[in-house]
Amino acid sequence: MTSQTAKSAASAPPLLSRLLRAREVSLVALLLVVTLGTAAINPLFLSFGSLKDLFLNVSIIALVVIGQTIVLLMKHVDLSVSSVVGLSAFLTGSLFIAVPGLPVPLALLFGLVLGAALGSVNGLLVAYGKVPALVATLGTLYVFRGVTYAVVDGGQINASNLPAGFLGFATGAVWGIPNLVLLVLTVMTGFGIYLKSYRGGREYYALGSNAEAAGLAGIRVNRRTMLGFALSGAVAGLAGVLYLARFGTVDATAGTGLELQVIAAAVVGGVSINGGVGTLFGAGIGALLLGVMGSALVILRAPGFYQQAIQGALLLAAISIDMWVSRRTAKGWNQGRGS
Amino acid sequence: MSSPELNRPKRSRFAGVVGWELTITGLVFVALLGGALLSPDFLTGSNLSFLTANFSEVALMALSMTLLVIVAEIDLSVASILGLCSAVLGVLFAAGWPMPLAILACFVVGGLAGLFNGLLVTRLGLPSLAVTIGTLALYRGLAYVLLGDRAIAEFPAAYTNFGFGNVPGTLIPIPIALFLVLAVVTAIVLHATPFGRSLYAIGANEVAARFAGLRVERVKLTLFVVSGLMAALAAVVYTFRFSSARADNASGFELSVIAAVLLGGVSIFGGKGSVVGAVAAVFLIGIINGALTIVDVSNEILTIVTGLLLIGSVLVPNLLARARSARERQQLRRDAMR
Repeated sequence: MTSQTAKSAASAPPLLSRLLRAREVSLVALLLVVTLGTAAINPLFLSFGSLKDLFLNVSIIALVVIGQTIVLLMKHVDLSVSSVVGLSAFLTGSLFIAVPGLPVPLALLFGLVLGAALGSVNGLLVAYGKVPALVATLGTLYVFRGVTYAVVDGGQINASNLPAGFLGFATGAVWGIPNLVLLVLTVMTGFGIYLKSYRGGREYYALGSNAEAAGLAGIRVNRRTMLGFALSGAVAGLAGVLYLARFGTVDATAGTGLELQVIAAAVVGGVSINGGVGTLFGAGIGALLLGVMGSALVILRAPGFYQQAIQGALLLAAISIDMWVSRRTAKGWNQGRGS
Repeated sequence: MSSPELNRPKRSRFAGVVGWELTITGLVFVALLGGALLSPDFLTGSNLSFLTANFSEVALMALSMTLLVIVAEIDLSVASILGLCSAVLGVLFAAGWPMPLAILACFVVGGLAGLFNGLLVTRLGLPSLAVTIGTLALYRGLAYVLLGDRAIAEFPAAYTNFGFGNVPGTLIPIPIALFLVLAVVTAIVLHATPFGRSLYAIGANEVAARFAGLRVERVKLTLFVVSGLMAALAAVVYTFRFSSARADNASGFELSVIAAVLLGGVSIFGGKGSVVGAVAAVFLIGIINGALTIVDVSNEILTIVTGLLLIGSVLVPNLLARARSARERQQLRRDAMR
């Protein structure tokens, strides 16, 4: 796919259309327009505190978007992420109550492993049970959430149950950049490089473009699918720990509805629901864009009730433009080949 | 490919679907029996009446969702359309509109919402999953814009009776009676008309269906509008049943609707499924829900059971098919050795 785009760009010189085709460029431009426009009306928007809040809010979603992107690349979908976030947040909280002196890295590791285990359930169902991902992960969305309800049993974790060191981790910062944001950026960069430059990463694209061909080319489709879902679960589990650290208070409904926000962010960021197309960078920008739109509305004193409607409209606009651009690209490419 | 292999998929697909519907229907009776064993009050008419009324909105929306999934599309925005229509109904009534007119407006809004989904899918060629995730947020957002976090709760008794009451002289809740009538209509349309057959053709192979002269876009557009209208009807039922118009009415119901349809044996890839299966699945989920509630098994078990049923509905037939083909292969090998 990437080489196709590169080829068509080489045969179609106009800079503007070339830029239009790079989804990330138009996204960054849109991001700049929204940010600067908001800042022009209310300079407070670009204040350090406001930006910090924005990035903190986006970071948890951005983390989950990484896994969702991998799954979407394979032409699957993972609806269960919100339940994984909730279960991981609550169990990590319970772990802190059981083991008060638990070091923060161990808590993160716990979330990661728990998430990977839950994701592997999805992977098993999809890869080996041949259950369509939409059905499998809709099912586990219920099952994991049900397990959370059963474990929580009406209670909740409060900030007072958590060690100061853990809560401090969420509010702490290095050179002014919050720990949470640093952590997410690190994970994102790591996965970005893996997807772009490593054989394993490229295989996700191959799988989503044409699973059968990928299998014939020697890619172990089932193992790759399995691993993709496990990774999606792992980052969602990690996000659950961060959710707990950020909010301190967690009940059985933690993370509910997150799955649609995450898919929306990935799709706005140019990750195709039909598999094989998209980058992690784009998906991250998509998450950021939705976050910026959200806080811009707050800063501009738009009633909070407008936020959801505008996010929906934005998502529709993004996928419509994406379809339009990719059709033009396809047309240009075919013409280029014909001549 | 030898001829027995050519015949097999056709026969087993048919047998599989019928088998699945029988299984689900059987499970409905098992659930009823289980409920009766759990509590003596379970099989009383008033309890059954109460618990079926409880899933009338999901049931109504499951009918149109069945048709959409058969043509390999999906509408995740149904619960949001319900919320929007409920808000419209409430706001207009509070503004002094006569109720019949407010209800009419509610249907117009539902139809337009469905039309918008349909146009984005058929005219722009966008995937319905992505479109309806977008409109899920958009329509719910519009409901909040209309109503904020207010609730409109004062409706005339004549109307709340419609949501709450039974068909005179019976214990059948009015919304469920409505659902049963519409289920029969849907079943006839789907299984006994050329239009219904064309849905299977489109779902099984859209390109082939187009070459065969079916107006795929028009059919899909119609189904999205029907889905919006069904959500509007569910909105009327919900608003009157709870006597409350709120922007967050029925949040999250879309997953229950889809769970019911898929559990009923409708394939997410299109081309397969029946109204009977979907209706049986709606009743199964509703009855298990009611049975577990009456013995104070909390929501968590129900949530888990719903999820497991959903996964099992696809996984079990898959595993059985795999075991069968493994056995057949073994048989063939044995025959060859002989």
